[in-house]
Amino acid sequence: MSIEIEPEKAQEPAGAGPAAPRPARPWWMRPAFHTGIIGAVIGYFIGHWLGNMLSYEYARNALSDMNDFPLVLGYVVGTIGWLAGLGVFNDLLRQMAGKPVPVAEEEEGSATGLARYFRYTLDHKVVGIQYLIGMIVYFCTGGLFAMAIRTELLSPTYHIMNASNYLMVVGEHGTMMMMMMSSVVLGPFGQYLLPLMIGSKRMAFPRIEALAFWLTPAAYVILLSGVLLGGFPTGWTGYAPLSVQATEGMDSYALAFGIMGISLILSGFNIFVTAVNYRAPGMRWSRLPMFVWSMITVSFLMVLSVPVLVGGLYMLVTDRTVETAFYVNTLGGSSYLYQNLFWFFGHPEVYILALPGFGIVSELIPVFCRKPLFGYRVAGAGMIGVALLSFFVWQHHLFDSGINPEMRPLFMLTTELISIPTGFIYLVAMGTFWKAKIRFTVPMLFAMALYFNFLIGGISGVFLSDVPADTTEHGSFFVMAHFHYTIMGGLIFAFMGGCYYWLPKMMGIKLNQKLGYLHFWTMFIFFNSTFLPLFAVGMLGQPRRVFEYARNLQPLNVWVSISAFLLGASILIFIINFIWSTVIVREPETGNPWQSRGLEWQVSSPPPPGNFEHIPVILSGPYDYGVQDAPPVADLNPPVGVVSASYATAGAGAEA
Amino acid sequence: MAASDAPAAPAKAEPNHGLRIFLTWIILALVADLLIWFVWYPHMPPGDMTTSAQHQQFDIAVLALAAAPVMLFVWIYFGYALLNWRHREGDDEDGPALFGHTGIQAAWIGGTAVIVLAAFVFGTVELIVPAGAGAGEGPNPVWKPSGSNYLQVQVIGQQWQWTYRYPQFGGMESTQLMLPVNRPIQFNVTSLDVIHSFWPYLLGVKADANPNVNNVAYTTAKHTGKFVVRCNELCGIWHGAMYGYGRVESTSTFLTWARATELAEQRSGILRALPPYALVYDPTVIPQLGVTLTKVSGITGAAGYYYPPQDPVTP
Amino acid sequence: MSLPARIVTLLVAFLAVAGGAAFLAVYYIGGNPPTVNFAPEAHGGVVNVVLQEDPQNTVSSRPDWVSYFVQDPKTHAWVHTTLFQVPKDTRVNMTILGYDGCTPARNNFWSKVQGTIGNTVTVQQFKTVGQPLDEPQTMSVIDTWKTCSVGHTFAIPGLHVFVPVASPNTALFNKAACGTSPCTSGPHSMEKFSFMTPNSTGTFRWQCLIPCGGGFLDGFGGPMQTIGYMMGNMEVSS
Repeated sequence: MSIEIEPEKAQEPAGAGPAAPRPARPWWMRPAFHTGIIGAVIGYFIGHWLGNMLSYEYARNALSDMNDFPLVLGYVVGTIGWLAGLGVFNDLLRQMAGKPVPVAEEEEGSATGLARYFRYTLDHKVVGIQYLIGMIVYFCTGGLFAMAIRTELLSPTYHIMNASNYLMVVGEHGTMMMMMMSSVVLGPFGQYLLPLMIGSKRMAFPRIEALAFWLTPAAYVILLSGVLLGGFPTGWTGYAPLSVQATEGMDSYALAFGIMGISLILSGFNIFVTAVNYRAPGMRWSRLPMFVWSMITVSFLMVLSVPVLVGGLYMLVTDRTVETAFYVNTLGGSSYLYQNLFWFFGHPEVYILALPGFGIVSELIPVFCRKPLFGYRVAGAGMIGVALLSFFVWQHHLFDSGINPEMRPLFMLTTELISIPTGFIYLVAMGTFWKAKIRFTVPMLFAMALYFNFLIGGISGVFLSDVPADTTEHGSFFVMAHFHYTIMGGLIFAFMGGCYYWLPKMMGIKLNQKLGYLHFWTMFIFFNSTFLPLFAVGMLGQPRRVFEYARNLQPLNVWVSISAFLLGASILIFIINFIWSTVIVREPETGNPWQSRGLEWQVSSPPPPGNFEHIPVILSGPYDYGVQDAPPVADLNPPVGVVSASYATAGAGAEA
Repeated sequence: MAASDAPAAPAKAEPNHGLRIFLTWIILALVADLLIWFVWYPHMPPGDMTTSAQHQQFDIAVLALAAAPVMLFVWIYFGYALLNWRHREGDDEDGPALFGHTGIQAAWIGGTAVIVLAAFVFGTVELIVPAGAGAGEGPNPVWKPSGSNYLQVQVIGQQWQWTYRYPQFGGMESTQLMLPVNRPIQFNVTSLDVIHSFWPYLLGVKADANPNVNNVAYTTAKHTGKFVVRCNELCGIWHGAMYGYGRVESTSTFLTWARATELAEQRSGILRALPPYALVYDPTVIPQLGVTLTKVSGITGAAGYYYPPQDPVTP
Repeated sequence: MSLPARIVTLLVAFLAVAGGAAFLAVYYIGGNPPTVNFAPEAHGGVVNVVLQEDPQNTVSSRPDWVSYFVQDPKTHAWVHTTLFQVPKDTRVNMTILGYDGCTPARNNFWSKVQGTIGNTVTVQQFKTVGQPLDEPQTMSVIDTWKTCSVGHTFAIPGLHVFVPVASPNTALFNKAACGTSPCTSGPHSMEKFSFMTPNSTGTFRWQCLIPCGGGFLDGFGGPMQTIGYMMGNMEVSS
């Protein structure tokens, strides 16, 4: 009796059986934004009911007229409902039921239209644009809260907001910014450009990528709902035990930050895997654009540090709902536990915010200096060094809190050491500028502004890392000025530069250059006039997050507030420019306006659905300006068989 | 800075960029440092009222002396680059293909490492010498002032008012912070509820107040005067209003005040009503009531339960 | 989409966003309970202010939160607010009716009366409105730890005024405490004291220093941190 042996087949990518015909349905019947909202509302009520059922017996609920558990479960199930309504789980459920998964329109090449941007679309380019719009909305919301803060700070005695509302506004501003801006570059530019820069047709996990985006509106709405609940009194750091003591608005903080944290972990994971595995042949590590290096290091930070935040917030939620006592001293917990968990995340978080800024400017300056990036290896070492060292410095937020005093020189050392790799970015920039042919385009101006701003921010960081100096500076406006210079002066300026540089690529539309110059100069001047005096304000004794400050500091505060309003106006100019150029005028720009050697610029703007018609073979690095007879950066039409041969044993992923 | 020397210019009349940058920098850096030392340092926050404040002044001034040349170097370099190496109309060629220069890279890395390590050593010395630089050292302080005639002041933070206890004066409590001049002061900072932070600005002291933790900070006042005490860790709605004033007085004035206050509190009976002086206070235990408050009213007081009393796990 | 359609969509979206932001700003961020103004009632450099503190607040969305009420000087109605206004350089004769039962202080230092004229308060216990139980007694310390005698405190830290507010007779309170707010009958204490307002205008926060936020960690959450319940502002006007 012979046994038939089936020949071995390479495993088909999961779910790809004979492609199921896609049912033709009108846009309002397909799962999208509107069904997501319905799902969110239904989910909220289910969660609320469940929470009430589980916790109605707790004595403290009767006394405090407050029940956090229904609120928390409402948010959680509401978010799951939001995702379900968007259709995030549809393919998963189909596979679990054994049904074939229909081919995504993007893979078919038939995707068009505006409706894609409101759906769970798997094309990384669509996700990038969704992120771009989302991030601009989140940034402006946080910015409006900042305008409210500066309005209140015009006078130390006349208060337009009461104390509780002021703290709410401060907390909302800080949390919105820190939470959302962690993805402000990784989202729009990372998701959009990474496959284009490494020569791939797609990201490694398109579903995870789209999921990471769709979690952000949920986090945004949950955070804003805190305003309706009276806000949270802890600022963006959420220190226990005050956060255990606070009323319901605190839950919106914990849940929003936790959901955004999950989004960060997912997108970081996706980017890391894509950059490692989906590089085209010839894309050696030494030919990767510096922007991709920054994405790799940032995603490493996200995947390792954000889970600690999610854990800490989870314990906060259980302390507030089910009567645990992780952070309550008198019941066996410790107020230090939260601080350590939070800052173990919190310090890598600020590098999650700073490194993408470095990545963008290191990408921009070779193009506009028409010179190679000076010291490519040094730049890479700088990014990797910052990422690694950032895990060893977090106790510098706790210098005065009563930690073991002998730990403080150690953390002072590690914090000061981290300025060495940060300095490499400056070495690379200065070398690139040497004998260059500098073109003052709008993106280049923003890149140069980053170097100016981050220098001030970084050096003030050295002052803060010095423990004796930190005794006066900790918790004051000096710290505020320091992190606004590094994060806003660094990351946001780079983001703006990236917008002006890459919008022709992403949308095929050029932003108005005159408005761009106006935007840059107003933003740069008013940014510095807003935040430079704050160093003095802090050193003269004004603590953070208070509106009752010393009367002799009022002139400085008034100057800062007026500058802040003008800074807000300059951001408004950007919004007007953005909307005017993308919605009203739509002046097309389809070529390579900056004459960049980057791989992403070698395809059309916007790129075709599969990015590249054939997987390219990379022939040289992207920074070979000025090199005689430099080969083109890639061969976009490699001879048949070159690519398939190199992928013969690898299996799934790219097709020639 | 060692890294300022660049490769010298080729034979054409190309100016020596490196030399020009270096000369501009050295002059401006010298001017900046002189201004910092002679004009700014005497007025540097937080002033010179105490030993810790004076040392912080010195520390910040030295850091500024080191920071100014670094910042000037970067700015002068970039300014020079923007002025001299701009794109000229009609010149569409690329710049020279300089991929790196091992010597400069090594010099930069070495130079920055030296500066950073020097800053670390200096910071550590400035932390140890003035007995902890006024920063809170936790319950087991390592760097203490010499001598043993400290004035012990317990700083109690609660939502939203600072009070001070003087164990050497019968454990009397006061809402006013009075201190003697020229005597080492040991602040024992603790909290009764959430995290606060004790920040008497002109004294150059900052120590977080955590519940159930004693955070010790030292300083010695050198001049008399009035100072503000602020709370520096967000503790709820009135965090910003949680400030008060203190005074540094001569020893005799201080002793008069302390003894008079102690006597007044004895007479009014409040001294007897206070709990015995301890480094931390557990708000769930009130000895005078004879029972552990948790079991009666929960740690919220007011008959509010965090854990209901019948819960077997209630500590 | 055609150009006119895009412009219209843009305008609608802009109005929606601006409207939403304005609504949030005015209603949630700028909102406040009413301020009771005592300044017009001041005569000869003296003004009378009457407050009461209740064990619950049945007229609000948080019925179980303890709360202060302020009595309107003209209508004598109890207003659910903790914001009031007094003239500067005036003697304020404060009367506080204490309807809430006793709680020990977290820091017994607040048992001592500080900052009032004479550093004393005068306390009288009542069975219900109009039925006193004893003669008024003047005291400078009401020990919250020794006996069940203090419900809350009234403190204006900016003026160094710290006053423990007596609680009603314990036996009567346990039998028939006032159950609806604002309380108009039931056992209560009446406490009187006076202090001077400063010579310059300003806003002074006032708070209770007894942890009476039931169900909140350390008793200082909820009503203790919400304007209109256990803390508020005293506005000193010219």
